[in-house]
Amino acid sequence: MNARLADKLATLMFWVGAGIVLFILFFLLIYIFLHGLNTINWHFLTSPPQTIRVGGGIGPQFFNSFYLLILTMLITAPVGLLAGIYLAEYARQGRTIEAIRLSIETLTSLPSIVVGLFGLLVFVNMTGWGYSLMSGALALSVINLPLMVRISEEAIRSVPSESREASFSLGATRWQTVWRVVLPSALPGLITGGIIAAGRVFGEAAALLYTAGMSSPNLNFSNWNITDPTSPLNPFRPAETLAVHIWKINSEGLIPDIRRVADGAAAVLVLVVLTFNISARWLGRYIYRRLTAT
Amino acid sequence: MHKKYVEISGRMISFTCAALVIFLTVAIVYFISVKGFSTFIVNGVSLKEFFLGTEWWPDRPIEQGGPKVGAAPFILGSLIVSLLAVFVSTPLSIIVAVFMTEIAPGWGQRIIQPAIELLAGIPSVVYGYIGLSVLVPLIRNQIGGNGFSILAGFLVLSVMILPTIISVSTDSLRALPGQWKEAAFALGSTRWQTIRLVLIPAARSGLITGIVLGLSRAFGEALAVQMVIGNTRRIPTSILDPIITLTSAITMDMGYTITGSLWNNSLWSMAMILLLMSFFFILIIRFASKRGVVH
Repeated sequence: MNARLADKLATLMFWVGAGIVLFILFFLLIYIFLHGLNTINWHFLTSPPQTIRVGGGIGPQFFNSFYLLILTMLITAPVGLLAGIYLAEYARQGRTIEAIRLSIETLTSLPSIVVGLFGLLVFVNMTGWGYSLMSGALALSVINLPLMVRISEEAIRSVPSESREASFSLGATRWQTVWRVVLPSALPGLITGGIIAAGRVFGEAAALLYTAGMSSPNLNFSNWNITDPTSPLNPFRPAETLAVHIWKINSEGLIPDIRRVADGAAAVLVLVVLTFNISARWLGRYIYRRLTAT
Repeated sequence: MHKKYVEISGRMISFTCAALVIFLTVAIVYFISVKGFSTFIVNGVSLKEFFLGTEWWPDRPIEQGGPKVGAAPFILGSLIVSLLAVFVSTPLSIIVAVFMTEIAPGWGQRIIQPAIELLAGIPSVVYGYIGLSVLVPLIRNQIGGNGFSILAGFLVLSVMILPTIISVSTDSLRALPGQWKEAAFALGSTRWQTIRLVLIPAARSGLITGIVLGLSRAFGEALAVQMVIGNTRRIPTSILDPIITLTSAITMDMGYTITGSLWNNSLWSMAMILLLMSFFFILIIRFASKRGVVH
């Protein structure tokens, strides 16, 4: 076989490979939406699930997923941002920074079921909270934190050093420079990265099975007293999320319409993650344009 | 004075947050090791019995021969499923990475890149569910067995780890200096020869990093695998046999075992194996990236 023919065949192979990956993605998306979209309606999104009968919805699970996401981001956004500031602005090469990097790497590569077990031991049993939203949020924070630290470190590092130097030369301290000069220019990167990380949190299930639990109490959505166990806002109640719900009804469900509920829930889950990804990109670009006036 | 005070406290707060990451990691390693070692220390199971034993009767009463916790089938299951997934996924991933950087960068940027980001965003439970509702019946009807099989498990995993391997490989190919490619072309190489003989060898350390990250993700994945592999504790003889992994055993049994019991402790030991594997993967990646520095 001569070199030119080999080159042609190889080119064909690369196009076929790219085609296969595109085909897989389109197959997955079309399958999910074809089966799931016709299930989704207002009733499905708001009504509670049934235990043995047909016609259940995913209302509480849908709410729990969002609430858990908000609690998680309330923990990881500030901590991740500040840790990112330290790594990008203050830290010098040495033992400490090496230890931080190794820790981030370890946390990133930790299987989420292992994080779930750690959460069960520390956030569920040791705190005495039992299966609760708070335990779930803390477990998700363990997964999300390394990602947030990396995102904010990268966004801060990508700000050109000239703007820092200009600020220093005007007599500003480093802390002032970070908050008044660096962070505003890093904002598009922070927001895009943060929202994509939020999408990951939204779909996580393994870490939640034994922390936020696999059940949701009867919720009264007109009860806004956060200390009441039937209030949806109470952070110390068990809370099954959408992703956990898909797993649970498939592994131990008794409802006759498992397929319908699971198809619908999967479509909702993917739709939300898609929305996150697209809006992250859009919002990042929008803020960038507003800030740079281009 | 005020300015200085703010500066010092700001520095301290941000250091505290960074130190929290170390603290968290140490806490996780500590708790999992303490619980994981209790199988061997408190319950007196020998390392050999746990790692090489194939009998799993964690709650068998003494009269019937006493409990046995041989975790070999779980360890083997995790290794088989994740290694097969990497074997399937690696060639395709590298092909796509080269496509995006060398063959059609425009297409790559506008279509493949967003497609891969979407694939990465699909939650693992959804992968498991599609495996359960499409792949398992397909295997049952077209190939044989009951569908819940090693085959279904590694196919689901190989799709899940595609985005990981592709994006890391693409980054490492993009980072190569352009002159090398031009030099190869100037010597009369075709594009394929350049890719095969110059670009891929040069990007080797990045490719290895991507593959190991994919392997690590496959090894640690719990729910997607648990939903399609059938979860039976037998050493498999064919690719259509059901199998069990470390993660799926933990997923299924953790909720039903009593804290401190032998069964519960051996699940923690399995978690410790997963933790050790993460460290092992990190070590390989560090070694590969140290070796990969171009002189």
